Parts: sequence; C-alpha cells; structure tokens
Amino acid sequence: MSDLIKEHIYKILEQVSDPEIPVLTILDMGIVRDVISDDQNNIEVIITPTYSGCPAMDAIAFDIKMKLIENGYTHVKVTYTLQPAWTTDWMSEDGKNKLKAYGIAPPQNISSRINKLLFSQEENIECPQCHSTNTKLLSEFGSTACKALYQCNDCKEPFDYFKCH
Amino acid sequence: MNKLSNHQINYILSLADSTLILGQRNGEWCAHGPILEQDIAITNITLDLIGQARNFYQYAALLINESENKNETEDSLAYLRTEREFKNHLICELPNGDWAQTILRQFFFSSFQLLVFEQLEKNNDEQIAAIATKSIKEINYHIKWSSEWVIRLGDGTDESHNRMKNAIEALWNYTGEFFIPADYEMIDVASLKASWLEKVKTVFEEATLSVSENTFMQTGGKNGIHTEHLGYILAEMQSLQRTYPGAEW
Repeated sequence: MSDLIKEHIYKILEQVSDPEIPVLTILDMGIVRDVISDDQNNIEVIITPTYSGCPAMDAIAFDIKMKLIENGYTHVKVTYTLQPAWTTDWMSEDGKNKLKAYGIAPPQNISSRINKLLFSQEENIECPQCHSTNTKLLSEFGSTACKALYQCNDCKEPFDYFKCH
Repeated sequence: MNKLSNHQINYILSLADSTLILGQRNGEWCAHGPILEQDIAITNITLDLIGQARNFYQYAALLINESENKNETEDSLAYLRTEREFKNHLICELPNGDWAQTILRQFFFSSFQLLVFEQLEKNNDEQIAAIATKSIKEINYHIKWSSEWVIRLGDGTDESHNRMKNAIEALWNYTGEFFIPADYEMIDVASLKASWLEKVKTVFEEATLSVSENTFMQTGGKNGIHTEHLGYILAEMQSLQRTYPGAEW
C-alpha cells in the first residue's frame, strides 16, 4: 500500500478517542497495531485490547469504522490481535502527559516491574492534583479494569492511577 | 473431525467454561460487596474472567466452524449449551457463601490458573499461547488481591479467622479436581499440584491457617457431571437467549 494512504489513515485514527478516557486517542494508548490496505482500497485496521475484558473494544472498533467512512474509506474491517500482548509500555509519552493533565496518574514503571509482593504498593505515585508523591493505595482495582485507586496524603484527594500492566 | 482436534476444542471450552461460570458467580456480588472498593475489586476481576472466557469461546467457535461446518459464535457456546456440555471445575459453580469463601475460592482458582497458563504460554497453538500471556498479567493482580484478603481475614479477628476456617472446610474437597486429568487436557495438570500446594501453604502460614485434613475429593465437572448449582446458574444466565433467540443489546 502506499505510505501516503497509511499516513492519511493514521491521521484519521488520531481523531478516535478511548471512550473511557476521552482525552487519549487510540494512538496515544498504543492499541493500533497495523493498518493494511489493498488495490481496491479495502482497509484493515488491526487493534489489540488493553485488558481481556475491556468493554471499550467494540465501541472503539465502531468508532474507527465511522471515522474512516466519514473520510471516504467505505470498505473498512477492524480485526483484533492478542499477540504481542499490550502493555502500559505501549502508551506514548504524549499520552501519559495528557492522562496527568486529565487527573489520572500515568503508569509509572515499566510493565515487567509489577510489584507482586503482598501488601506492597507502587512507590512515588504522583498526585495529579498537588503533585505530592506522598500517596497511598486505597484499592488495586478502580473505576475501570486498567486503574487502581490512590489517595494523596497531603491534599487528601483520591485519584485514579493507570496501573502497570 | 479427528480425535486430536476434538480434544483441543473440548479443552478450550473447559477453560472458557471455568472462567465464565466463576465470573458469573462473582458477578452476584455486584452492589452487594462488603465495602465499595471491594465490590469494585471483585467485579473488576469478574470482568477479566469474562474477557478471558470470551477469548476462549471465540477461538473455540472458530475451530468448531472450521472442522464441522457449523455456525457457532461465542454467544451460542455460552448461552445455548446445556449443563452436561459445560466442563467447568465444580469449585467455580459453588454458591458464593460469605466473603471469606468467595475470596478463598478466588485465591485457590487464580493460583491454579496461573500455573496452567504458564504452561499454555509455551503451547504450540499460537492463539492459546496469546490468550494465556494476556491473561497472566491479569491473574497476577487477582492472586495478589485474594492472597492479601486470605491473610487479612485469617490473621484478623476471631470471627474472621473462624470464617476462613469454615471456608477452607467448605472448599477444600473441590480443589482436587484441578489436578485430576480429563482425557482432553493438553497439559499435565497432575504435575502442578506440588507448586499449587506450596503457594497455598505459604499464604496460609502468614494467615495463621492450615490446609484441611479432608482428603476426599469431588470430581465430575470437567466431564459434565455437575452439582445441583450449575443448572440454576445456567437458567438465569441463559434465560434471555432461550426466550428471545438471537436477541442483541
């Protein structure tokens, strides 16, 4: 396929956001694996789920199709792949900054360094409100599968932390 | 269809069934958890389990359709099979009991699941390996969470300690089924028993709990012979698709 089409499609995909974290585009999230097209302008977008049960995947696939159709690509197929598995390392730096500005602490370690030690919490998670790192884990599971719930010991504000995965 | 692929399909269905049925059970806690954070935790775990089930059902449907010229989907496999066709472990279908019993079951199951999926990650079947790799990242969180609760309750008050002891007695003779192989299983489950027991004992020690001395083990689920509880779960879970076939949200 021509690099031009591919580039154009990636530009369009920049307008598709994660329905649960609308400040992030699906490119920021790092869930778009590839874009393939043939001579007949059939487009295939390959995406990967963040978590096995991520309920946003169907909505994301639908949004991708709609956005591409709006832009004149009528034969669009969205397929899923599990390999290689998505990790928080795939999230772009830009994405992490947007998360922080939105009030969600971004994943802080590389995914292979998840602390499995019981009763441990990740260290130095920065409060997105007051930027203190004096924070505590309230629950390993938060408002969505990808987040944990933390609280700032200084400003007392509870906040979501996008956990390493 | 040859025997090998038949075994493969049955094994994938058994993996799907256990995660679906446990997910369905855990889901009963939704809005009934002891506190909000833990209500959210158990339902998040449920979401992971059902996501894993979906991945396995989708793959099973693909293999069945390729080999038998059928038109199965993840939904038809979950909603339109009967009790005898479900191959989940019995422990997954047992009623939730109290919080102690629910978290102990999660701990037993997740610890076993991790050992299984670490084997499946090396499987020649790329899709099975991919689902396993994906799931392991989630299971690690489930083990951490459930281990901490076993310790918190076991090493807690007299009341919580007794509840954990009762939970062990209620569940222990459903754990043997993990390690008794069914003819379709693609890995040697019997070989996982020592590692599982070691994990359980390590956490129990910190929780001031001991394993049960009960050695009689219930079996049957993996071959479709279930407790009386599964029928009720299926009745509830499948009623909509049975009443309005093909209904969609």
